[in-house]
Formats: sequence, structure tokens, C-alpha cells
Amino acid sequence: MSQTRREMLLDPLVDNNPITLQVLGICSALAVTSSLKVALVMTIAVTLVTAFSSMFISVLRNQIPSSIRIIVQMVIIASLVILVDQVLKAYAFEISKTLSVFVGLIITNCIVMGRAEAFAMKNPPVASFIDGIGNGLGYGLILMLVGFVRELFGSGSLFGVTILETVNNGGWYVPNGMLLLPPSAFFIIGLLIWAFRTWKPDQVEEREHKIQVVEAH
Amino acid sequence: MSEQTKKGALQRFLEASPDSTGKTLFVAVALCLCASMIVSAAAVALRPTQEANKLKDKQINILQVAGLYEPGVNVTEAFNASFEPRILELATGQFNDDFDVASFDDRASADDPATSIALEDDPASIGRQSKYMTVYLLKDDAGEIDKVILPLHGYGLWSTLYGFIAVEENANDIFGLQFYSHAETPGLGAEVDNPRWKALWNGKRLTDEAGELQITVAKTTTAAGKEFHVDALSGATLTSVGVDNLVRFWMGETGYAPFLANLKAGDI
Repeated sequence: MSQTRREMLLDPLVDNNPITLQVLGICSALAVTSSLKVALVMTIAVTLVTAFSSMFISVLRNQIPSSIRIIVQMVIIASLVILVDQVLKAYAFEISKTLSVFVGLIITNCIVMGRAEAFAMKNPPVASFIDGIGNGLGYGLILMLVGFVRELFGSGSLFGVTILETVNNGGWYVPNGMLLLPPSAFFIIGLLIWAFRTWKPDQVEEREHKIQVVEAH
Repeated sequence: MSEQTKKGALQRFLEASPDSTGKTLFVAVALCLCASMIVSAAAVALRPTQEANKLKDKQINILQVAGLYEPGVNVTEAFNASFEPRILELATGQFNDDFDVASFDDRASADDPATSIALEDDPASIGRQSKYMTVYLLKDDAGEIDKVILPLHGYGLWSTLYGFIAVEENANDIFGLQFYSHAETPGLGAEVDNPRWKALWNGKRLTDEAGELQITVAKTTTAAGKEFHVDALSGATLTSVGVDNLVRFWMGETGYAPFLANLKAGDI
């Protein structure tokens, strides 16, 4: 095995982060990061779904017919997502109200499918499980960073606890309304990718085109 | 005996190429069966808890809109002690006892052609309106009606807002308005949940001396006066317009106006 278990778990946090390096799972990162609490629940849900779906797919990997493998993966992922949604509705009603449709949309999260297809189809179950946890946490790390910025400067609070008293509630802080809208997550994720790639220059992709200086005649 | 036949049928099956037609069909069918069993088992097993959550959430909101909610209180007990649910027939404004209050579902009723009407003039964008609604009466110690809690809903910017309005026994003064289910933009439209904005509703009035419906959610005070005007949410124009439309619709003739007239006349 080329990677140790430790590497499988920690690599996706920075070195092979699903959002900043692979640029997967962006749409849900836009939708659920306006408050930290929601981002945290989403992180846990995605981590569990990725880990268990990778594990089950890995167990079945030698039996899955290649012609229908994507559908088989989808069925497994979708069942797990419905399970998570039902459990949230039963035991975390308030949060499931705020997450609403986004839990269901974990099914379409490219990270889950990406790990199933790229890793779990070729590796044993325990390794796949750890890989799933690692990628879920890598996704969660970015979610929490984005959520931190958006909630602090957009609503003046962290995890719903007021940090900067906003003008609406009689304080001094004028919240930045743009941070509460999905596009702001694009800017923050863009800045994060820039920061990560400045820190780890290996992550910078090769240029596909180069501007050439043509000698003057 | 050859090597092949010594192995059990299961082992031979597992070792067969997964790409054969038979195995492809088998995997597809078996997986679907397993997955559907797990999903339906979870749905059935968790339904009672989910239903209880929904009911509790609704009761908390009714308590809140009537100003009776305190954190930590036993919701079901407090609710049952204070409120009397009744089914109201909107057109006549009288209670209707043909339905079982406990099992009556306003939303299901609005979808059933027998108990609902398709709206032609539909400012709240709700499509079909139920002819019957569950309303909640808050009675004082003497058994007289103190407040009535009326459900209302309508479209905002992204979503249908579901909520309750609490009206005093004079059928004109608003005690409070609260939404329990919506998906408006957090920080902008979702400020309908902000306690400071909700507090604006307290003490506002529905109709003027002439009986005209004057309550409005708008940026500036209307000619009718301050007591009929709730300040719109800044940055959430369309949600505010939605709230304005739905409140005016439900308080109007196709909504609770007949009931409120009866309440005012003391016919309830």
C-alpha cells in the first residue's frame, strides 16, 4: 500500500483537499456556510456519508458490474443520505429545519461520488473508510473556515453567540450583507485556494497556455 | 471430481465475472431491495419521533405568538392548559364541529378539492385555500376569549412562509405575528424571525374606524397612521411585500374577516 493510514486521514486536510485542490463540492460549500452551526452539522453529515458509502462500496467492489457501477454507487450513497436526513428530522429538528434541502443534496456532492469512484472501487474497506473520513474532514475544514468569516462579519456572531453587536440589535457593528449571500463564499474559497497554493506551491497547476513574447521583426 | 464442483454454489457465484448479464441483474435487484428495506425501516421507525417534533414545534410557536412561551417549560402541558383548538369555516366565520380537531390537517385540506377552493385573486400566491382552518382560542380564567391565534401563510421571496397571528378579543388589535416555517435569505428575509422586528407587530391594529383593512408592511407610514404600519425589513423588499400580501389576504374577506366580525359582535 503506497499510503499509510495516517496519510490517508491527514492528506485531504491540506495537501489533497477536496475543495481547494480538487475543487469539488463547491455548490454545497456556498449554500451551508452562512452560519457555523449549520456548516458543522453539514460537515458531520458529509463525513459520515462519505466514510460509510466508501466502505460499503469497497466491500462490494469485486461484485459490482462495471456497466452499472455508477448507479450502484448512487443507490448506496442515496440510501445513506436519506438515513441521515431521517435521523436529523427525528433528533435534531431545529437544525434539520435550517439545513432543509441541503441534506438531500449531499447525494449530488461530487466529493462523495469522487471518493467512491476514485478510491473505494480499488481499495479495501478499512482504507476506504479512513479515506472517506479524511475527505469529509478536508471538506469540513474549508466549510468551517468559510463559515467563520461569513458568520462573524455577516451576522456578527459565532455559533449563534454574538461577538460583534450589530446595529439591528442596538450595537455598533454594521454587518456586511453580501457575506450572507452565496456568492461571497466564492470569494472566500478563492482567497483560500490562493493562500493554500502560496503556502504549498506544489499545488499550483501547470499553465496550459503561456503568453509568448514574439520578437519584433 | 473437478476443482470447480467442489466449491459451493455461493462461492462460485461470487467468483463469477461481475459483468455477466445474470450477475448484473442480480446485483441491481439485490441492492435495490436491501437499500429500500433499510430506508423504509428507518422512515417507519423514526416517524413517531418526527411527528412529535413537528407538533411540538408548532405548539412552541403558538405559545410564543401569544407571549406565553418560556424556555424549559413543558410545551405540551402549557399548550393544552391554555389553548382550545377549533375548526373554523372561513366563509361563514363560524366554528364547524364536523371535523375531528386532533386529526384535522390544514395543509392536506387545502390540497383536497372537496374542502378547498382554487383562488383566482391570489395575492399571497398560495394557489388553493382550505375552506376550513384550525384556529386556537386562548381563554382567560373566566372562560372568556382573551386572544385568538390564527394560522396564515403565503409566498415571500424564495419560499412559502407559514405562521400565526395573535389577535386580541376586540378582533382588531394585533398581539403578535410569528413565522414557524420559511426559507428566506438568512440575515435579510429571515429577519422576520428577529425578535426586534416581531415586536413591532404588538399593538398594531387591523382595521380603522370605518372597518377598512389598513394594516400594512411598508417602508413608510401610510396615510392611515402609525398604528396600522409595520416597518418593512431593510434589504428584504420582496419578503416584506410577501408578508404584507399574506397578512392583508388572510385578514381580508376571503380570510378571517367574517370570523373577526363575529368575534367583534360577540357571536362566538
